[in-house]
Amino acid sequence: MSGASTKLAPMPLRVLSSTRETADSMTLVLERPPGGSVGPGAPGQFNMLYPFGIGEAAISLSSDTADRFVHTIRGVGAVSDALGRLRPGDTLGVRGPFGNGWPMERARGRTLVLVAGGIGLAPLRPVIHAVLRDRSAYGKLFVFYGARSPRERLYVGELERWQAGGAMDLSVTVDFGDANWAGRVGFVTALLGHAQFDPAETLLMTCGPEVMMRAVANQMIGRGVAPGDVYVSLERNMKCAAGLCGHCQFGSIFICKDGPVFTYDRVEHLLRVREI
Amino acid sequence: MKSMADLIREHPFLAGLSDEYCELVAGCAKNVVFEPGSYIIREGQPAGQFHLLREGQVSLEVYAPRRGSIVLQTLGANDILGASWIVPPYRWTSDARAVERVRAFAFDATCLRGKCEADPALGYALMKRFVPIILQRVTAARMQSLDLYGASV
Ligand SMILES: Cc1cc2nc3c(=O)[nH]c(=O)nc-3n(C[C@H](O)[C@H](O)[C@H](O)COP(=O)(O)OP(=O)(O)OC[C@H]3O[C@@H](n4cnc5c(N)ncnc54)[C@H](O)[C@@H]3O)c2cc1C
Repeated sequence: MSGASTKLAPMPLRVLSSTRETADSMTLVLERPPGGSVGPGAPGQFNMLYPFGIGEAAISLSSDTADRFVHTIRGVGAVSDALGRLRPGDTLGVRGPFGNGWPMERARGRTLVLVAGGIGLAPLRPVIHAVLRDRSAYGKLFVFYGARSPRERLYVGELERWQAGGAMDLSVTVDFGDANWAGRVGFVTALLGHAQFDPAETLLMTCGPEVMMRAVANQMIGRGVAPGDVYVSLERNMKCAAGLCGHCQFGSIFICKDGPVFTYDRVEHLLRVREI
Repeated sequence: MKSMADLIREHPFLAGLSDEYCELVAGCAKNVVFEPGSYIIREGQPAGQFHLLREGQVSLEVYAPRRGSIVLQTLGANDILGASWIVPPYRWTSDARAVERVRAFAFDATCLRGKCEADPALGYALMKRFVPIILQRVTAARMQSLDLYGASV
């Protein structure tokens, strides 16, 4: 299969497993396309997933496994709901992987601060996997994760392993606690404020609601992290995903082709725009 | 053994405060420990002290009939607990409960207010430390109330 057809024509791929994460989100594991025709995909890249007859949605890779595509999808509309109904053995159309991904090369040797909100943990999870696999290549790893409530946390088993593992400093906070929750309650910025890191050494990657990313970026820049070391993933709606249709174009920037990951100084103005 | 002034100087809230002022405010401070489950402050009670947390998690709660205690926010090591001691009528506006064993410095409010009134430069140095934290908490509380993660990505 040529690169071009991979990018514009969906490949039919089989669902190997579907696991419920929360009331409205699922993790799908897809088989890899045969014959090594498609690259493994890098942390921060995404596929266009097509439940047949419904429509396409951009969904990030949520694991860096080379032999599978793993995606976590939150049902918010027609396409994402249809993706959430897929079961093992079902087939869907897949194009990708697309996008530039997180700056894993620049991250080497640096202190990494990852801040995820809600479903925004999905595109950051491959970063965590990559760092854990090659731990000594990176400096300190701080992970801050804000969820709506304890029941709406993704990857709960994995969070517990990460917490116990000692390879990172993981802080989870929720907006609304419940009777069984003995963890933190509040917005992620409250936890971020106390993390001990050298701003000059630090690289931030954040993904979540844009309001959250703005608050996090501004706080980190306020602490002295260079705006060029602050990376955000812009997950605005897109169509072709190949920089052709212009649906996600803003000025000279195509979110799909040039992004979805940008340094904050390049896109700060976009984060104030309602729709592209 | 370290003096109280030496100890409080190490708390990030007081970072950069002059030795003279550290000595001065240390005169209002004592070490306190709260066991898990115990209340550090209660809503409506006089705000007789303020705390600099050293370790352990604290939850700020309000009690609502039929719903019980609702956690508004949690605090931990290096946080400050309580601002109601600064403004009349000096009463707490929420409960604070120790979730874990909590160690803190407790400052007597009347003592501290007296020293701030007597030396406005000390008062200003402390307010410059309080205001950014209060502002950050207001902003964070607004974000929390937006229910951001409930909305789409
Ligand atoms: C690069 C990229 C990576 C993404 N990764 C993931 C992922 O890993 N998991 C995941 O669940 N979602 C992800 N998304 C978002 C996902 O693409 C959309 O939620 C999806 O397109 C919704 O399609 P739908 O037909 O189900 O809903 P629609 O009917 O199109 O939309 C339903 C509601 O969601 C809003 N909405 C739709 N898309 C977005 C968006 N991108 N940002 C904000 N609001 C939106 C609409 O305004 C509407 O209110 C990603 C988006 C991009 C651009």
